[in-house]
Amino acid sequence: MLTLKQSRRLQSVLVGTSSWAIAALIFFPILWMILTSFKTEIDAFATPPQFFFMPTLENYLLINERSDYFSFAWNSLLISSVATLLCMLIAVPAAYSMAFFESRHTKRTLLWMLSTKMLPPVGVLMPIYLICQSLGLLDSRIALIVIYTLINLPIVVWMIYTYFKDIPVDILEAARLDGATTLQEIGRVLLPIARGGLASTMLLSLILCWNEAFWSLNLTSSAAAPLTALVASYSSPEGLFWAKLSAVSTLACAPILIFGWISQKQLVRGLSFGAVK
Amino acid sequence: MTTSTLDTHLKSAPAAAGGKRRSLKPGWFLVSPSVALLLLWMIIPLGMTIYFSLIRYNLLYPGENQFVGLENFEYFLTDAGFMPGALNTLALVGSVLLISVVFGVLIAALLEACEFWGRGIVRVLLISPFFIMPTVSALVWKNLIFHPVSGILAAIWKFFGAQPVDWLAQHPLLSIIFIVSWQWLPFAILILMTAMQSLDQDQKEAARLDGAGPIAIFWHLTLPHLARPIAVVVMIETIFLLSVFAEIFTTTSGGPGFESTNLAYLIYNHALLQFDVGMASAGGLIAVVIANLAAIVLIRMIGKNLTNQ
Repeated sequence: MLTLKQSRRLQSVLVGTSSWAIAALIFFPILWMILTSFKTEIDAFATPPQFFFMPTLENYLLINERSDYFSFAWNSLLISSVATLLCMLIAVPAAYSMAFFESRHTKRTLLWMLSTKMLPPVGVLMPIYLICQSLGLLDSRIALIVIYTLINLPIVVWMIYTYFKDIPVDILEAARLDGATTLQEIGRVLLPIARGGLASTMLLSLILCWNEAFWSLNLTSSAAAPLTALVASYSSPEGLFWAKLSAVSTLACAPILIFGWISQKQLVRGLSFGAVK
Repeated sequence: MTTSTLDTHLKSAPAAAGGKRRSLKPGWFLVSPSVALLLLWMIIPLGMTIYFSLIRYNLLYPGENQFVGLENFEYFLTDAGFMPGALNTLALVGSVLLISVVFGVLIAALLEACEFWGRGIVRVLLISPFFIMPTVSALVWKNLIFHPVSGILAAIWKFFGAQPVDWLAQHPLLSIIFIVSWQWLPFAILILMTAMQSLDQDQKEAARLDGAGPIAIFWHLTLPHLARPIAVVVMIETIFLLSVFAEIFTTTSGGPGFESTNLAYLIYNHALLQFDVGMASAGGLIAVVIANLAAIVLIRMIGKNLTNQ
């Protein structure tokens, strides 16, 4: 017969082992990609797959010669961050008035906004493509920034709305009685309180922009192409170059992956969409 | 339930306003930029799509833009790819949702069951696929995992003396479901884990003292608590799953035949590979209609969970 303490310990060991096993299984493709990127092409294609090998940097050097990684990365960074900021700028006022000056239409407006996300991008690909063409915006960062802002807007509004909903109205009323204007009320009182929620909204928006691969593949070719396009350019099936492909993939994902790891606590805490009550 | 919350708001709103007209005014003024932008984003392309869908418009034959009525719709609906495309879309969305909700709940419950060594690291590893861009995860799965010669699965099959399977050629849809589930399961785990942390521990302890086993506690206490977060997961994932594109584009190109073509990919195929803008627009509209049907059903089913605070 196990004592209570022993059975708790046993439970912890069992839960720990199975959690680690599942995590290892789910993480494996990423680990394998990173490992493969340090192999020679021959090692990368070897059967059975090699777990121990002489690491080499040749793939990374070759990629840097063949294409300008930093120009792609700069496009990704610029497009994602500007689109995210723009989106926040439009969404915060909307969420503010929806959360604190609720009317009969608020809920319907929110659901309608979400429903615009149900519209599959392919449904409007041709018009957007032709509009961009006639405005000379094909292969431009501006087009992607505008599109990313719009496609993330519903989710961002909704997330911020749920955070604002958690803030007691009394605090804002108090500020208002002290003579604060609407702008002061938002800037001095509301934003500092909702800082955590806003940060995780921005994180999510950044991740979604960084990884967006429909519009970036269809609307850009070189000048404004972000990292998704760089990866796609290495995916043509000529020859054996798993190692180079892995290296370019690792390069494309590394910034957002590291960023995600650092901020995951914040993201986990914030990603509730009002689901946690 | 919806009406009751609306009622209380209606009652409390005028009281809070108390003669100050300010409480109504900033509302619409501040919401309007978002609404206006989204309306533009919706109406202009949609209007153009409707127009294109009614004319003959092929980029290979410029200048022949006469009105053809519903011909494009007829062609699209009778296209050999339409039925498989629609069914594949449903299969993809349905199975990924099922996988991510079921395994999401189980894995989240496991992680929250008790403290163990390295829980933080496990969490970081588990949510990592969410940060990987779809093109990359598709390529990694295609070349490093599923590949019939050098892939990991081939090596495992060979180790057990079985004939390696060419996953993407023999089971294309299943393989894509696998890839997409791998991408979206972490999101479900993330949200469900957060939700479980907010579960009242005293209630759990009380149930345990009353002699409830872990399974009974999970079934009667944890699961009902998860209704709302599950609704959120289903909602958000459906939005993204309806338009899965990059994963198919980079792995199977919809093939062999139409076995792994979803509607998004089929329309893309008509528009950018066959340059038939008219037919692609008709297909786009049909996809929009299907998506909105799905949205209405979903909102009916889970909308209450989403908006009732």
